[in-house]
Amino acid sequence: METFLNIELGTWMFLVIGAVFSGYAILDGFDLGAGTVHLFLRKEESRRVALNAIGPVWDGNEVWLVIGGGTLFAGFPKVYATLLSAFYTPFILFLVFLIMRAIAIEFRSKEPMLWWRRLWDIIYSLSSTLIGFTLGVVLGNVVFGIAIDDQMIYKGGLMDIFNPYALLTGLTVVALFALHGSVYLVMKTSDKLAERLDYLSKIAGAFFTICYVLLSVATLVYVPHAADDFSEMPILFVIPVITLLLLLNERRLIVKQKYWLAFLTSAALTSLLLITIAIGLYPNILLSDIDSGYSLTIGNSAASPKSLGIILTFVLIGAPLVLIYFLFLFRTFKGKVVLDDMSY
Amino acid sequence: MDIEHLSRLQFAFTIAFHYIYPPLSIGLGVALVVFEGMYLRTKDKHWEQLTKFWIRVFALIFGIGVATGIVMEFEFGTNWAAYSRYVGDIFGSALAAEGVFAFALESTFLGVLLFGWNKVSPRVHFLSTIMVTLGSMFSAIWIVVANSWQQTPAGFKIVGEGVNVRAEITDFWAMVFNPSSIDRIIHVWIGAFLAGTFLVLSVHAYYILRNRFVEQSKKAFGVILVIAAISALAQLFTGHSSASGVAENQPAKLAAFEGHFDSLAVADMYLLGWVNETEQTVSGIKIPKGLTFLIHQDFTTPVTGLNAFNENDRPMLVNFIFQTYHLMISIGMLMIGLTLFSLFLWWKGRLFNKRWLMMIFSFSVVLPQIVNQVGWYSAEVGRQPWVVYNLLRTSDALSENVRAEQVLFSLILFTIVYLILFSLFIYLLNKKIQKGLDPAVPGKE
Repeated sequence: METFLNIELGTWMFLVIGAVFSGYAILDGFDLGAGTVHLFLRKEESRRVALNAIGPVWDGNEVWLVIGGGTLFAGFPKVYATLLSAFYTPFILFLVFLIMRAIAIEFRSKEPMLWWRRLWDIIYSLSSTLIGFTLGVVLGNVVFGIAIDDQMIYKGGLMDIFNPYALLTGLTVVALFALHGSVYLVMKTSDKLAERLDYLSKIAGAFFTICYVLLSVATLVYVPHAADDFSEMPILFVIPVITLLLLLNERRLIVKQKYWLAFLTSAALTSLLLITIAIGLYPNILLSDIDSGYSLTIGNSAASPKSLGIILTFVLIGAPLVLIYFLFLFRTFKGKVVLDDMSY
Repeated sequence: MDIEHLSRLQFAFTIAFHYIYPPLSIGLGVALVVFEGMYLRTKDKHWEQLTKFWIRVFALIFGIGVATGIVMEFEFGTNWAAYSRYVGDIFGSALAAEGVFAFALESTFLGVLLFGWNKVSPRVHFLSTIMVTLGSMFSAIWIVVANSWQQTPAGFKIVGEGVNVRAEITDFWAMVFNPSSIDRIIHVWIGAFLAGTFLVLSVHAYYILRNRFVEQSKKAFGVILVIAAISALAQLFTGHSSASGVAENQPAKLAAFEGHFDSLAVADMYLLGWVNETEQTVSGIKIPKGLTFLIHQDFTTPVTGLNAFNENDRPMLVNFIFQTYHLMISIGMLMIGLTLFSLFLWWKGRLFNKRWLMMIFSFSVVLPQIVNQVGWYSAEVGRQPWVVYNLLRTSDALSENVRAEQVLFSLILFTIVYLILFSLFIYLLNKKIQKGLDPAVPGKE
């Protein structure tokens, strides 16, 4: 395989896709989490402010999903094909939730009736939560391994996907996003509403801690290859310790009203979770639990070196541009939310 | 129904529904650039009112376009895993380019376009409007490149065996500039300009009829009519160029366009007609030897007919392809006539008191929608039975593990969700139109 800076192109692609999905989890993560805590805000005014806090950015955040999907398709076509067809029904539901959420955000403000707004609030909050949950379930299966045969075709059933380990991963992701989202909202609001969100972030943080501990134990007990990694490299035990320290520190930062740093902390937690998973998988991408020889790896499922070179060139040119767009976007809408005639 | 037909139906339904929106976004984007540009130049409050009104409509349309578009990106993998493995090397890079270079641009600047009116300076806002419009046009480039590669594959080689067989890229620029890309990108762009401009024309014709926002509507109507007329006329040439490309690269599709079966005959061109597929005849109004002339510029050279191909190497639904193709042309001609005639009246200063014409215009929004839809139907059904022309059959492109019940379930789900979505869209669009333009912000003039 061809290399760049002595690292194989396939590995670069793996890193790029990992980074893009990390970016997605961090960015859409906070607006999905804002959706999860939405119903816990009671007043109409609070809900409007919360919605307008993500208003200008949620659509841009979804860009990362689109880029993630595109680069996965381009970089590892076989992984894209097997992953999406194996999780056919979860992904269809995921897409439907994405649509429902977009409609809810868009349509909620268009009528003043209370029942109309309550209805869209519920759809918005449920679909936001279920998007994170579905992604978590898929992630849990990816960590655990799925029934892939020697033709790279999924042999399991629908119910195999909803195993306890995957469900726990789903809950963990929901909790993490809720924490991340409520911290974001605290940063964007003030007074009573910010206090309420501060309280919600505390609950979400506690919920995430419980899920995370349970998930770590379950991983060591039930996921054999993960346990192997940890016994081979005991240094990896640092990761859960760092995670818990970060969680504690985030709480401290919120109390000290250093919201921006707190927000960065839960962003770091999100990428740490994904980095842990990526280290555990490498150089595999989709593990087969029929026979580890059937797993889809960087080596056997990457696009041609020429194609990888092209996509990585796109990324090299595109990444600074995308960064500039996002800096511009977030700079424009920095500070607390102010409602005006163009608001939701 | 079997899995192949269900998956095709689902893809057709979701892409057709999606395709209502992106062309509207592109076309409205152009209109917004014009309105906002006029506002910046003239500082005339009317242009500001128009800009702000159409930004609100744009938000609604763009939002649905994004939501239904993400579905498309993942549907290749969910329903067409074999296809994804086969073309990922090529098709994937076009999709990735779309995400990095186009979608990122439009979606981030969209935030400023929709929410930034009071946050950034007028110039920066105008810049954002331009960026969103450019971004959506760039999106069209990559998506049409990807689709054109399926029509006229280039810049690749086939490698591997069994599950590993795939098309690998050999020449990126040959892939991007495959024989049909340029023609089709321009054809799609202009189709999008028509979709957006006719929406603007419809709404303002309606206001003029109702005697509301008359001054603003006359201004908007005039300038947008010019763009619509140029676009309608230009589509005649891009369409011709595109069809000539089809004649050269996809002769079976061209033959299906005109219901031309006999492989050794000079071909006619129909204005209207009906194809009898069993008898292999067409009845209707025709220009004798018209197709031959259009392609070869003479009246004697034969055109390859459907019978020159094996039964299972050529498209099946010939009458459907014929009808959709001809409907596209007829309505296209109608739009040319309508816009040129109106332009003439506008020049004479007699346009806006022709109530019957304003009535026609207020319904005219459906014309480009129908044209864009049926144009794609003929292009895509005409490519069958291939998903990648002459390389990969649609029947070989499916996900191996997905069962028919799963697809039936998702198809029903998408149908329900999209029906709700469409009803809400029409309801809210109508509400925005009824509410109309905001009163001009006083003071700054």
